Amino acid sequence: MKIKSHNQAKAEADLTPMIDMVFQLIAFFMVLINFSQSEQNDRVQLPDSQLAKPAEDKLEFPIVIHLTSEGTVIVGGDETGVEGIRPLLGRELEVLRLEKKTAADANIVIRGHRDVAGGRVQDLIEKCQAMGFEKFALRVKEEPR
Amino acid sequence: MKIRKHNHTEDKAELQMTSMIDVVFLLLIFFVMTFKISVQEGDFNVRMPQPGTAAAPQEQTSLPLNLRLRADGNGRIAEIILNDNSFGQDFNALNQYILSYVGGTDGPQGEDSPEVEIDLDYNLRYEHVIQAITAVTGQRQGDDIIRLVEKIKFAPTRKGE
Repeated sequence: MKIKSHNQAKAEADLTPMIDMVFQLIAFFMVLINFSQSEQNDRVQLPDSQLAKPAEDKLEFPIVIHLTSEGTVIVGGDETGVEGIRPLLGRELEVLRLEKKTAADANIVIRGHRDVAGGRVQDLIEKCQAMGFEKFALRVKEEPR
Repeated sequence: MKIRKHNHTEDKAELQMTSMIDVVFLLLIFFVMTFKISVQEGDFNVRMPQPGTAAAPQEQTSLPLNLRLRADGNGRIAEIILNDNSFGQDFNALNQYILSYVGGTDGPQGEDSPEVEIDLDYNLRYEHVIQAITAVTGQRQGDDIIRLVEKIKFAPTRKGE
């Protein structure tokens, strides 16, 4: 006699709790994802300072300049020596001019590597001053406490 | 006569979960991969117009403090000198001096605060420059930051010395 067994029914796991958890995880990572990383550069390790606090009001027309440990500068993805920064900043000046602003309205954000010579930062500031920029922001990261 | 209908719809309705789970896991992997713990960042604002331009301050309300930072051969800090007072390599001592100079936490702030001119050796590491700026511009007490000197500028570069 052939006995039809109920065990042949497809085994089914209850997926609901797992899906709940996975959605929770996705929500967590979505909330924490930081899209402002385009400003950062992996080659630059910022010096830390206990006074580092995010600015309350956003800087007007920020131009981010990375200064690597070798002393080269990176502006908008293009790398050059400090001496060759003029054409790169000239490009930014064009954008400013289109918005009817002058170099004095822009903020130069300097993201210098912690080991770069301080004199290179001064050189960079001098080059920017020669093009009419006045406002500089030295970017630092929060000191681990 | 009662006809018993064998009704298939009575079976538990089943959704095909597999494809959704595939997509959801892909999303999860994407977010896990792009996740990066970012530390807080802040700025030290330095206003330095080109000397000799109209925007440059014409008159000094008070004498600027001259902060001289000497470096050793490796670019580390060798000596901190503020207006002829030497602080050795101690940034905390400099911070305390600045605190007493501006008259404690109730001292002048903003426009009336003194100006510090930083004169550094060319090869001094940027990290130490920031340490000096930190010591000069403020003090952290708990979660509050006390601002001491707002105005900072750099002296001309000492190249080839």
